[in-house]
Amino acid sequence: MIAAKQTPGASLWRDAWRRLSRNRLAVASGVTFITVTFICLLGPFVSSFDPSKADLQSSYQPPSADHWFGTDGLGRDLLVRTLSGGQISLTVGILATAVSLVIGVTWGAIAGYFGGRTDSLMMRFVDILYSLPFVIMVILLMVMFGRNFILLFAAIGLVEWLTMARIVRGQVMALKNTEFVEAARALGYSRLRIIFRHLLPNIIGPVIIYATLTVPAVMLLEAVLSFLGLGVQPPMSSWGLLINNGAEKIDVYPWLLVFPAVFFSLTLFSLNFIGDGLRDALDPKSSKD
Amino acid sequence: MPLLEVDNLKTWFHTRDGVVRAVDGISFALEKGQILGIVGESGSGKSVTVHSLMGLVPSPPGRIEDGNATFDGSDLLQCSQREFRDLRGKRIAMIFQDPMTSLNPYLRISEQLIEPLVIHEDASREDALPHAIEMLEKVGIRDAAERVHSYPHEFSGGMRQRVMIAMALITNPEVLIADEPTTALDVTVQAQILRLLKELRDDLGVSVIFITHDLGVVAEIADDIAVMFRGKIVEQGSALSIFENPKHPYTKGLLACRPRLDSTFIILPTVADFLEIVEAEDGETELREKEPDLKQPEPEKKVADENEESLLEVRELAVHFPVRKSLWRGASEFVKAVDDISFKIFKGHTLGLVGESGCGKTTTGRAILKLVEPTAGEIRFGNDFLQHLPPSAMLPFRKRMQIIFQDPYASLNPRLTLEQTLTEPMAVHGISKSHAERRDRAVALLEEVGLEAAFLRRYPHEFSGGQRQRLCVARALSLEPEFIVCDEAVSAMDVSVQAQVLNLLKELQARRGLTYIFISHDLSVVKFMADTMAVMRAGIIVEQGDAEEIYANPRDEYTQQLIDAIPRDSVKSIRKRVA
Repeated sequence: MIAAKQTPGASLWRDAWRRLSRNRLAVASGVTFITVTFICLLGPFVSSFDPSKADLQSSYQPPSADHWFGTDGLGRDLLVRTLSGGQISLTVGILATAVSLVIGVTWGAIAGYFGGRTDSLMMRFVDILYSLPFVIMVILLMVMFGRNFILLFAAIGLVEWLTMARIVRGQVMALKNTEFVEAARALGYSRLRIIFRHLLPNIIGPVIIYATLTVPAVMLLEAVLSFLGLGVQPPMSSWGLLINNGAEKIDVYPWLLVFPAVFFSLTLFSLNFIGDGLRDALDPKSSKD
Repeated sequence: MPLLEVDNLKTWFHTRDGVVRAVDGISFALEKGQILGIVGESGSGKSVTVHSLMGLVPSPPGRIEDGNATFDGSDLLQCSQREFRDLRGKRIAMIFQDPMTSLNPYLRISEQLIEPLVIHEDASREDALPHAIEMLEKVGIRDAAERVHSYPHEFSGGMRQRVMIAMALITNPEVLIADEPTTALDVTVQAQILRLLKELRDDLGVSVIFITHDLGVVAEIADDIAVMFRGKIVEQGSALSIFENPKHPYTKGLLACRPRLDSTFIILPTVADFLEIVEAEDGETELREKEPDLKQPEPEKKVADENEESLLEVRELAVHFPVRKSLWRGASEFVKAVDDISFKIFKGHTLGLVGESGCGKTTTGRAILKLVEPTAGEIRFGNDFLQHLPPSAMLPFRKRMQIIFQDPYASLNPRLTLEQTLTEPMAVHGISKSHAERRDRAVALLEEVGLEAAFLRRYPHEFSGGQRQRLCVARALSLEPEFIVCDEAVSAMDVSVQAQVLNLLKELQARRGLTYIFISHDLSVVKFMADTMAVMRAGIIVEQGDAEEIYANPRDEYTQQLIDAIPRDSVKSIRKRVA
């Protein structure tokens, strides 16, 4: 449209922020997400209950004025356990996604743009990592480095970036022969400038979508690892673990599943809408002003 | 009584930004055995017109507001989906622009040809097959009995368009609607398809609605012409009368702004020279005729000084692409995209590089700029040889040599504002000290290519194709190059826009002393632009020399074929054809 109005912003990011702030759903989701994060961070300090302290007198109590979310089999307050579990889940989810984003995008973009033998070697490496059974790899890592929390991020990030790299590589290959990239080469731009300034902003849509899908996948993966005794250890907890435990007792003590699940879903929902909003905001064509 | 009569057809699109009157009250009639050409530029509503007749308008947002289209006693615009299905593909058939995508790649040609018969005439597959083969023979496909079992990818573009035509005609329709059927084809293939359509009309008596943006093509084929502009038919009549004596200023402008082999314009007239669009207060627009000022500057013949050193010289250049390649061993087979070509260009001159698709002209342009690596040969630019320079050593030359691409929609980064697009090259090459200074230069560039400074903060998608191509020109100029490769730079444009961009390129050449390689498949455009010319075929140059001289006396047989394939649109040739 030729008749579009002049826009005040100068950079992609400033324009994107302006567009994002107009997307009501994205803003609401952003507020929700930040609220959930804050509650999880502060909640355990405010609460009078200790998330790991057992009180066998009051096991399996339904929600009450004392225990808003009820208690679990060891009589621990579910509210404070959900919140402290949230700290773990959010950290794992976001950090591992960030790790996979950075490695995957860089790896995929370089392989896709350079092509040829570089691409073959880089992608064969990805294939090899793909083919290693994940759990065995994690056990190996644990045996070698001992069990620790950071290693959990590393292990999960190590798996999740592979798919991201493939997606980015495909997108970059599709874009690298378009004329604006050729024009950039003819103008003498360096390869890194072309990749990071001209290619990546144009593939941000699929990257963001996949990243928002990665967050829940990572949180669930953490639960699986923890269930196998490779992740977070009792008495610590996480949403994934709470949901796993709650699911076993759903017909008798439904609150054990419902409350952690609500938090988990709320976070995923808002992340998805934030992702959608970001994708639209970063696309100048989507501006409807 | 005409076979098809359209009366006051209105198809509007109800979009978020308001009502777009794509087709706004048009009327025409199609007689049996007649070829009606509907001519118009992109967005004029010509495709929407036939889509309305075929019930193909996406709804919503499209809606047929008014009018009727009488075909054999029934109104096409009123009939139900069911009735439409009986008509569509059976009595009214349609072929589309791109033969590469209009055929299903997973089905054999035979399957696709038989399908309309099976659907519309309840024929069994065994009975339909001989019919399909016969139809293929009619559209000029040799060994039809064997080739009918091929897959689409085994056919060339021209052959596929023949198959499409066979598919459309297999149910013996009375009306064939052809929507830009030759636009994606090479000129020599286009000439064959046009001949085929005329023959089919004569043999089968089918009426044809031929939609195109190319006046040359309608001049070659149509009995009657309707000229569309902004959703309305501004003029209609016999082909001869339109070309001999155009009445509407838009038609006059359209006819004048096309570069032609027999014209000698230095500056092309544009539609704006003939027509003024006045926006009235109530939002309606009024077209006003203008007296065109077609004063031409003195023609000056550029003669190369024999003693002078040429700016660019290419010697025995070859570019081979590997076909099969494994990770560990090198390639074993090659496509010789460019094979041993030599030419030189003098400063301030334009070399026209002409040829059909796949002849290697684009690869040549890219190899000179080292966007593809030449396999062998020499590229001398000024006093330097470029062929062995690594990418890092090319940097100083990037400033001096630039390129403009075919598709202005694909050649601008959609995520960057014009300001970023125009200042980035300067920043990379260290032109100007501060960003403010670079922005001032960007403003000057925009003005130089005829755009406003206020556009700086906008994104490419806010501009039309012609404006975008001006932007690409501005970006290329941001480094103050001496030499620009124009790779089909106007091929994707409407003629009226094309005229403006060609004029701009010529003007810049005169002002800045630029040297061009002008790559195109369109010989008339090259004739307008080029001083010297090289004709390429299958990776080699078959003929080169002074452009005028080549057009006047082509020595090579292929050059002759190319020139012959250009649609004849002089009044004389139309008169001869109609008689």
